[in-house]
Amino acid sequence: MNHSNHVVSTAITPESIADSSLVAPDAVAEYALGLGDDALVLAQRLGEWITRAPELEEDVALGNIGLDLLGHARSLLTYAGTAWGKSEDDLAYFRDEHEFRSHQLFEQDNGDFAATIARQLIASVYFVELYRALSASADATLAAIAAKALKEVDYHLDHSAQWLQRLGLGTEFSHERMQAGLDAMWPFVDELFRADPFAAGLDGIAVDPRTLRSAFDSTVPALIVDAGLEVPSVPAARGGGRSGVHAEAFGPMLAELQVLARAHPGATW
Amino acid sequence: MTSPGDSGARETWPLWEVFIRSSRGLSHVHAGSLHAPDETMAVRNARDLYTRRAEGVSIWVVRASDITSSDPDAKGEFFESPQGKEYRHATYYTESEQVPHL
Repeated sequence: MNHSNHVVSTAITPESIADSSLVAPDAVAEYALGLGDDALVLAQRLGEWITRAPELEEDVALGNIGLDLLGHARSLLTYAGTAWGKSEDDLAYFRDEHEFRSHQLFEQDNGDFAATIARQLIASVYFVELYRALSASADATLAAIAAKALKEVDYHLDHSAQWLQRLGLGTEFSHERMQAGLDAMWPFVDELFRADPFAAGLDGIAVDPRTLRSAFDSTVPALIVDAGLEVPSVPAARGGGRSGVHAEAFGPMLAELQVLARAHPGATW
Repeated sequence: MTSPGDSGARETWPLWEVFIRSSRGLSHVHAGSLHAPDETMAVRNARDLYTRRAEGVSIWVVRASDITSSDPDAKGEFFESPQGKEYRHATYYTESEQVPHL
């Protein structure tokens, strides 16, 4: 069956993808895998906040955002897996560090609450622009996943922007921490908007990240300035996440993500 | 966060009461309460805490300290007066045979 003619409802779920007869073309699967890894790694980092957030309400908020991202990851990995006869779990739990293609921003340590907000702000603007463009993809499944995710990442952006403003304009201490958070995350902005090797050759299907940069530049610096903060001027990190290059902290994070599935292969609960 | 050895009192966020209108509801109904630094964040926290399962289409929040309530100790004078005043209910009255369409 030609996958692009398959009717996919807007309420697409990982289960509906897995239960369908969809088979992603190989190149589309390779592309979807990178996007899925981005969402999965950030979801895992946000999950680390559970029981540790400054307030109960914020614990739930960060957990919700993480779960939304996990949902995106599940759909994208499930869809990618259809090309290779693999499940979302095969891809999430049984690949090694160098096989993960996530951009390096997402694996950055949570740091303090302000650093997490800085990372989430950058990530959310990237996701909003990415999914808005991807919802017009010629690949019906990618388009449906993106359309569903867009509403969620829109909310994530609002959450981060609200906190950016409160911390930036709050006390001297909160301002200092928020600035430090932005400074720590800013080197990883560039990588998000570099050419994605897996998007090449997928005109009309994949989104060229370079086309998203201007939207980022016209929104994020203004939000930072409005919050009384300075747009960091720091050198960009070398990047390479899409090629499997990750920093040292990636290993322990991945080990925590995978340990249960690897210790008890095939276990269900 | 307080930890053993902390001496100072912790600054806490104010309490907010949350009212949710469900998609088929005509009025907002009290759903619970939460802490938030201000009203804008209170609406967001309410969204995260009380509408996770599509419970509502509208959220109101009000600072708990802004609510004036009846005195729980004044139950007698406030709420027991209607007892024995059945004539305040329509069913107390007998239907008049002379008045049609009542």
